[in-house]
Amino acid sequence: MTATEPLHTREIALVDLLDRLLAGGVVIAGDLTLRIADVDLVRIDLKALISTVGENVPSPWPTAEYEYGTGGESR
Amino acid sequence: MVSTNVTDELRYVYAVCRPLPGPLHADLTGVADAPPRQVAHKGLVAVVGSVPARDFGHEPLRAHLEDLDWLAGTARAHQKVISALTTVTCPLPLRLATVFRDDSGVRAMLESENERLHRILDRIDGHIEWGVKVWLAPGADKAAAGAPRPSGPPASGRDYLRQRRAQRTAGEVAAARADEFARRLRAELARSAAATRLHPPQSPALAESGAGRNVLNGAYLVPRERAEAFLELIGRTEGSQPGLRVEVTGPWAAYSFTDDPDDASDDSPADPAARTAPAGPAHPAGQRSAERA
Repeated sequence: MTATEPLHTREIALVDLLDRLLAGGVVIAGDLTLRIADVDLVRIDLKALISTVGENVPSPWPTAEYEYGTGGESR
Repeated sequence: MVSTNVTDELRYVYAVCRPLPGPLHADLTGVADAPPRQVAHKGLVAVVGSVPARDFGHEPLRAHLEDLDWLAGTARAHQKVISALTTVTCPLPLRLATVFRDDSGVRAMLESENERLHRILDRIDGHIEWGVKVWLAPGADKAAAGAPRPSGPPASGRDYLRQRRAQRTAGEVAAARADEFARRLRAELARSAAATRLHPPQSPALAESGAGRNVLNGAYLVPRERAEAFLELIGRTEGSQPGLRVEVTGPWAAYSFTDDPDDASDDSPADPAARTAPAGPAHPAGQRSAERA
């Protein structure tokens, strides 16, 4: 199983990485008040990007809202 | 070492951690090829790197984020630092591209966010995150699933329509079976995880070619000592369902579990299941035994 391999030696699929880096991670407003912490902005930019790559390629984010689970499943 | 004007450099923050047991590896580099270092304040350590303002100021950063190659490179550099941190601690990763003007700005953040950061670190302490995805093979929801494959081209329009109907029904059966499998797997994994989050399904266009339809894209916060057992649990489902593939990613730092545990929404009964299995019940205890029967 992959678990025993050192993390950094494996190439992680970009889509999995972006799932976490653009939608996960704690959001803290930097003191430059970069609105980049706002995932909506990032997502809109990416949507624009993806639509320029090919109009038949759908956005990786099929819905308008990120609806995170709440941990309720395990409680 | 070329000295640069400090105002040309900003601080990119990767993660917040409890005080580390030692210095970071000397060879480690992150975003902008800069070595990460520690900024400590009030029982917390921010892992930061110097990045050029010409790339990470507001406007240039916005422009860069339109560039998938730049975004990918930055994301991988960010992840490289996070994964190095996971070998020595349980880092709380920050959202990509969290930037401060200078170290004192970082300290001010550690001051103002101190309680929230401690609460989240308490929750993720001693845990890793596994990503678990379920894919329905391409075509499995169109043909297959017990439908008799047409042996040749339809002899008539009526035959054609009959074949189409059979394929569509078979597709519905396959899709329903996939959702049911995902629902059971989710319930089982949730019992072994400290917390669960569901990411939106991934677009097949962005995943590996031929991946099919993503029917589950979950993240599971698992105690380190149970990390292997969690994988074995998934391994046991392997091959149990033709046309369905379970993919595991990780171990990740707890990227998907960085909301504030004190946040009221954390205990709300909102049903994250609705996204992947609209027909399924959320997770009432009574249903579980029925599912397993």
